[in-house]
Amino acid sequence: MNRHLLSAADLDRDNALLVLDTATQLAALTDRAVKKLPTLRGRTVVNLFFEDSTRTRISFEAAAKRLSADVINFAAKGSSVSKGESLKDTALTLEAMGADAVVIRHSASGAAHRLAHSGWIGGSVINAGDGTHEHPTQALLDAYTMRHHLAGGTGDLSGRRVTIVGDVLHSRVARSNVLLLTTLGAEVTLVAPPTLLPVGVEQWPCETTYDLDSVLATTDAIMMLRVNRERMNAQYFPSAREYSRRYGLDVKRMNQLPEHSIVMHPGPMNRGVEIANDVADSARSVIVEQVTNGVNVRMAVLYLLLGGAQLGAGSELDTPDPAAAVLTEATR
Amino acid sequence: MNHVETVIRSVRPLGGAPVDLVVRQGIIASIEAPNTSIAVDGALVIDGTELVALPGLVDLHTHLREPGREDAETIESGSRAAAAGGFTAVFAMANTDPVADTAGTVEQVWRLGREAGYVDVQPIGAVTVGLAGVALAELGAMADSAARVRVFSDDGKCVHDAVMMRRALEYVKAFDGVIAQHAQEPRLTEGALMNEGALSGILGLTGWPAVAEEAIIARDVLLAEHVGSQLHICHVSTAGSVEIIRWAKSRGINVTAEVTPHHLLLTEDLVASYDPVFKVNPPLRSHRDVVAVREALADGTIDVVATDHAPHPAEDKDCEWAEAAMGMVGLETAVGVVAEAMVRTGLMDWAAVADRMSVRPAGIGRLAGHGRPLQVGEPANIVLIDPNRDQLVQRSMLQSESRNSPYLGRTLPITVVATFLRGRATYLDGAPVPAEQVRA
Repeated sequence: MNRHLLSAADLDRDNALLVLDTATQLAALTDRAVKKLPTLRGRTVVNLFFEDSTRTRISFEAAAKRLSADVINFAAKGSSVSKGESLKDTALTLEAMGADAVVIRHSASGAAHRLAHSGWIGGSVINAGDGTHEHPTQALLDAYTMRHHLAGGTGDLSGRRVTIVGDVLHSRVARSNVLLLTTLGAEVTLVAPPTLLPVGVEQWPCETTYDLDSVLATTDAIMMLRVNRERMNAQYFPSAREYSRRYGLDVKRMNQLPEHSIVMHPGPMNRGVEIANDVADSARSVIVEQVTNGVNVRMAVLYLLLGGAQLGAGSELDTPDPAAAVLTEATR
Repeated sequence: MNHVETVIRSVRPLGGAPVDLVVRQGIIASIEAPNTSIAVDGALVIDGTELVALPGLVDLHTHLREPGREDAETIESGSRAAAAGGFTAVFAMANTDPVADTAGTVEQVWRLGREAGYVDVQPIGAVTVGLAGVALAELGAMADSAARVRVFSDDGKCVHDAVMMRRALEYVKAFDGVIAQHAQEPRLTEGALMNEGALSGILGLTGWPAVAEEAIIARDVLLAEHVGSQLHICHVSTAGSVEIIRWAKSRGINVTAEVTPHHLLLTEDLVASYDPVFKVNPPLRSHRDVVAVREALADGTIDVVATDHAPHPAEDKDCEWAEAAMGMVGLETAVGVVAEAMVRTGLMDWAAVADRMSVRPAGIGRLAGHGRPLQVGEPANIVLIDPNRDQLVQRSMLQSESRNSPYLGRTLPITVVATFLRGRATYLDGAPVPAEQVRA
């Protein structure tokens, strides 16, 4: 593993599988009354959130706490950032406090990259969503969820067909998913109105179409992206109603999906816009499960970035399989 | 450093056969066979063996930041940077604070440039009041002022209103002026952060499409033709722009164009680092665009290299990409970058460099006494370049108040050895001549 997780492209197939396998084992461990492992005791994880995202923040917080790390939540609102402190000075402050890992959410694309490569901090940086760039742990939890339902919970996603629908242009979730899912062997198709596909998307390792109905019958997993209502005002599409008609997942469309296929959404949902209420609450929806899996996947990432390095040569926990090390330590 | 005489021995004007250049009282007094001239007592004698002499470089596009942002640059520091880069004249853009949109402000800039003494600072006047694009600035008053403004530009902003552009082009005909357009369709570039293409999609940065530049250039060359005026296009950055300008010139439209050193050398791939030192407007473009602007400069479709030297204090670059200021310093490195992009590649010789970096910019800007041939009786505005001495770009070589150079750590293939403004050294032995000696 690299020191940082900034992009889904940082993960080759082996490392991606390592994260998923580690998450699987951690899930088994935490699926019990006492959900806590001592692995990251004495390490400090900072959740540096420049953008509101309660769900991602609490997911990382839960993950770090279950590994016994000390967690500091640093929200831009109500902190010195709102008084105009720069990213650099905030980072220097965190470094002075001894952060071992910084989980950063920021509205600017590349902010996590900047934090990792500026020399401002020495710890690991985990990208929890940067602007319209990437959100790699979301892609990992999505892959984990797909693997569970479509591949028996092991191995990669070879041959599985994933359809991602919606505002690809502004979606960090879509970017990270295209990279990670194709690394894992899945075939990804993006569906969006032409205005919401980025220039150059034809060079991405995936298919694209403007016609949602044409791909439903061959979809194993369908992921509906949140549509920001601001986009409508910027003329990306004429109205929420028209968007919903052409690109929303309603029951009629859901019924055209194969029997085994699953419905996903990174949240928060606009019920009635990109996803119908009855679809969101249907048996095929794994949306709530995605949240649970998010904690396990983030535990795996924190463990591999922080704990993996700590368990050096000569340690009694030294083992070629870091996931096995977790087991050893947890059961000690 | 006012020597009675300067003798540059065995130097190669425009890279040609070696001669001795003898400079007296600010003019080239004689040109003699190499190593034959006899220097008088007290003369400054420079061994020019293997050095190339060019007419002092002229930058049609510099941001000196004074008045208003003296923390980023002053007219003196910017002039010193210019001298270090081999320039003897720079045109100072109007987007200062206050904006250079009145005779008083342009005269102030002009006077401060004279006082600094490193280069001739020729102010550019704003086209519209406050660069706001609403009301025409008093162009005639600036033209008639002591600064004798001939180039007008809202650079930093596009004169996007077609009627405003038409009126400006027409109005400056009365005093042989030229409108220098910053070609950027504003609606197509709202929130734009980098070149729009496959990479902007991957990096999640809002794209700045080539069409936003090309559409304005296409409109403006047609306007210039319609009203019979002279148009200059700032910082051309795309292959499509080159094609439009080539077409316009073939039609006889009176249009000239500039390209920056960075658009000749750097590509958008550098943006993947998210390091704001590479954030500039117009943005770094694709490899294909770089090839196109190089070819256009070589064949003369693009007339001049202009630096768009844009100093910014460290805190405006030491931040996230989206927050960072746009622009790069470029005076000190300009001719080195041109040497790497154009001379080392065999696209241009030194005579062509002199044409694009001195003769033509002085002509477009109606600047007397610059861009003249290295001949007896001409003003001794001269830069000496060692074409075989590499130079590592490091902070210490930057004379600007700001350090936002995208070339730090890079080695450029030539070194500026000395610069003379009307016979007086402004840069010598790897350092600017001290201010009090330049003014003496």
